[in-house]
Amino acid sequence: MSDVTGGIDMDDETEGVVKKFMFLNRKAPYGTIYALESLEVVLISAAFDQDVSLAFVDDGVYQIVKGQHTKGIDQKNFSPTYRALEGYDIEKLYVDKDSLEARGLSEEDLLVDVQVLDSAAMADKMAEQDVVISF
Amino acid sequence: MLHIVNKSPLERNAVDTCLRLATKGSAVLLIEDAVYAATKGSAVSAKVQAAMANLKVYALAPDMEARGVAGRVMEGVNLVDYNGFVDLVAEHNNCQSWL
Repeated sequence: MSDVTGGIDMDDETEGVVKKFMFLNRKAPYGTIYALESLEVVLISAAFDQDVSLAFVDDGVYQIVKGQHTKGIDQKNFSPTYRALEGYDIEKLYVDKDSLEARGLSEEDLLVDVQVLDSAAMADKMAEQDVVISF
Repeated sequence: MLHIVNKSPLERNAVDTCLRLATKGSAVLLIEDAVYAATKGSAVSAKVQAAMANLKVYALAPDMEARGVAGRVMEGVNLVDYNGFVDLVAEHNNCQSWL
């Protein structure tokens, strides 16, 4: 029995295994539900003490743009949650440089501290994961 | 005719095809994820800017504000609210929604 697993028996082989999980975000927020769903799963994953990272590629970079005010469209503004990830020990946020530039954005336009990576560096980050979950 | 587009210009080609097929003097209203097409400095800005020579381009302000891009509106784009959206639909003979 283990407190960590909520009382569920896990055999010794699997208990305590830490895998590298990357959540790959490629959709803009609000127009579809993908960005919010990804964030929900990321927060769940934080409870399992895994090695979690987030990647923002293509329109996914729009998820972390500063100054989102959603009152006018009657939807929840979930962008402040990205700033809370640090509190869950999720500190690896990678942003694709080409995607930022194609949208006229720079690191200063983002609401959270990130590492901006060129294509080769982003490719390496993806390749080193055990699991990549795509949204 | 009023053309209404709701897909990001950097993910889908709806904005592209709309601009290509809209006749001179038509209106294009960008809503939801298509409002990114109304921002300056992007890879599609030049194409939208050029299209404004023949078309009137509108963007829904609440959708720009939600996405944090209200401060990046391209020159020449007219911002409208929901009432303005209704007015545009009412004052045009027909509408085309690009899904």
